[in-house]
Amino acid sequence: MTHAASAPQLGDTWNDSQPVLKVRNLHKTYHDQQVLKGVEFDIHQGQVKAVLGPSGSGKSTMLRLMALLEPADDGEITLRGRRIGVRERGGATIALPERELAKERANIGMVFQKFNLFPHLSACRNVMLGLTSVKNVPHKEAEAQAMAMLERVGLSHRAGHYPSELSGGQQQRVAIARALVMNPTVLLFDEPTSALDPELVGEVLDVMEGLANDGMTMIVVTHEVRFARRVADEVTLFDSGIIVEQAAPDEFFDNPQHERTRKFLSHVH
Amino acid sequence: MEFDLGIFVQQLISPDYVKGAFLSVAVAVLALVLATVIGFIMALGRTSKSKVMQGLSGLYIWFFRAIPALLVLLIIWNALPQLFPVLRQDWFSPFIAAFIGLGVVEAAFMAEIIRSALISIDEGQGLAGRALGMSPWKVMTKVVLPQAIRIALPPTGNEFIGLVKFSSLASVISLQELLTTAQVGVNITFRYAEYYAAAIVYYLIIVTLLTLLQSYVEKKFLWTSRTKSKKPSIQAPQSAGVAS
Ligand SMILES: Nc1ncnc2c1ncn2[C@@H]1O[C@H](COP(=O)(O)OP(=O)(O)OP(=O)(O)O)[C@@H](O)[C@H]1O
Ligand SMILES: [Mg+2]
Repeated sequence: MTHAASAPQLGDTWNDSQPVLKVRNLHKTYHDQQVLKGVEFDIHQGQVKAVLGPSGSGKSTMLRLMALLEPADDGEITLRGRRIGVRERGGATIALPERELAKERANIGMVFQKFNLFPHLSACRNVMLGLTSVKNVPHKEAEAQAMAMLERVGLSHRAGHYPSELSGGQQQRVAIARALVMNPTVLLFDEPTSALDPELVGEVLDVMEGLANDGMTMIVVTHEVRFARRVADEVTLFDSGIIVEQAAPDEFFDNPQHERTRKFLSHVH
Repeated sequence: MEFDLGIFVQQLISPDYVKGAFLSVAVAVLALVLATVIGFIMALGRTSKSKVMQGLSGLYIWFFRAIPALLVLLIIWNALPQLFPVLRQDWFSPFIAAFIGLGVVEAAFMAEIIRSALISIDEGQGLAGRALGMSPWKVMTKVVLPQAIRIALPPTGNEFIGLVKFSSLASVISLQELLTTAQVGVNITFRYAEYYAAAIVYYLIIVTLLTLLQSYVEKKFLWTSRTKSKKPSIQAPQSAGVAS
């Protein structure tokens, strides 16, 4: 079986009335500490899911597992109707080797709290690298696509600048462009504004809101309650390795069903 | 006996010295290349998850850090040909023996330099590369190595200068490098000051050139747009774009 890493492969039976990403029973233990205890959720094409939750509850771990950056101990991740990260062999499921995992990762974008831009590459080269080194896009074509993506995050005038020459907000916008240019099926954000000075948060949230309006499927771990309320289709409270509450923003903030949600909201409001 | 400027200048421009200096630099360059290759493999071994790889590379580093370079050269030149007939053939010259000997010893030190450069790269770098879908090889060559090289450059420059000087050890296996050239001249003429002074001048020239080369290469790794574009890259206030 061959398939280009660029085009997310459609499962045989998948159509967009079904969840684009489905997580079931996700478990992860570090040493003796159970960090994820059976995470389950669906997200549909074009939806934005905001994930709130206290520090250390396992939100980053959940994202890393979904991005296939770490293996799950148990559970299933299904992207467009196809299970990812594993393959069936003789009735048993085994983790894919690193090279195969790499191909599947290209379908899931990730934006990190600390940007993680490549300091030795200009903004444009940062955005190009995935295209040239993963999708084998020719240099010129990759450059054009990268420039278009920088334009989209409002940074085409900084294309030649290196990360050290950009503000935190600009760096994070380049990081978003870098993930976006791979045309991922879903884009994961791990507290994308937590490392920013307050006055730079807005420009990043604005870019993210723009993506949401363009129909990008996004899971956003964040502490920005106002953003969650305005942009998300669904808000989730994550605590101690499980999803506690999951509801539309108005429901979630105005009429939370769980005591833990009420308690959490009383702290952040 | 006075310092004879004539003899000094005559030696300074003599082909023997030029050739000796060239051999010293050539041995040092090749030894450094060999040391970098072996050192990189050993550094990967030391940082790998496999206990066997860790053990093997640890053993190599332990062994060659302990043994004097002089002894290694003597073993390679005298002992190994007794054990392996291929090394008794003509191609196995003092030059080859010298750069291999110095290279395998130097590799133990380069391994530590490269290892500490590799582990100093922020974990988020590899993570970001992998998240893009890059293979482990691409992550290493496109993301980690370019950053590690910048960190390893200054200590590697030091090692290189050390190697130029250590190449004089190869006199014991009859390589006519720079210092040996001076020594041979001295043995004939007993003009110590003039012959040694000429050697000093050559060492100074070599190390000066290497220092210039090093700072040139380090500038290549500055990672700013300043050197490449004439426009000053001052942070202009945010203008166009989604943000405003
Ligand atoms: N690689 C790891 N090895 C060991 N323990 C880990 C690792 N990654 C995370 N943990 C532990 O798992 C728990 C959850 O961590 P995680 O980073 O997922 O939480 P989080 O919800 O993202 O918190 P924060 O809001 O601080 O980012 C923490 O107790 C952390 O110490
Ligand atoms: Mg986190």
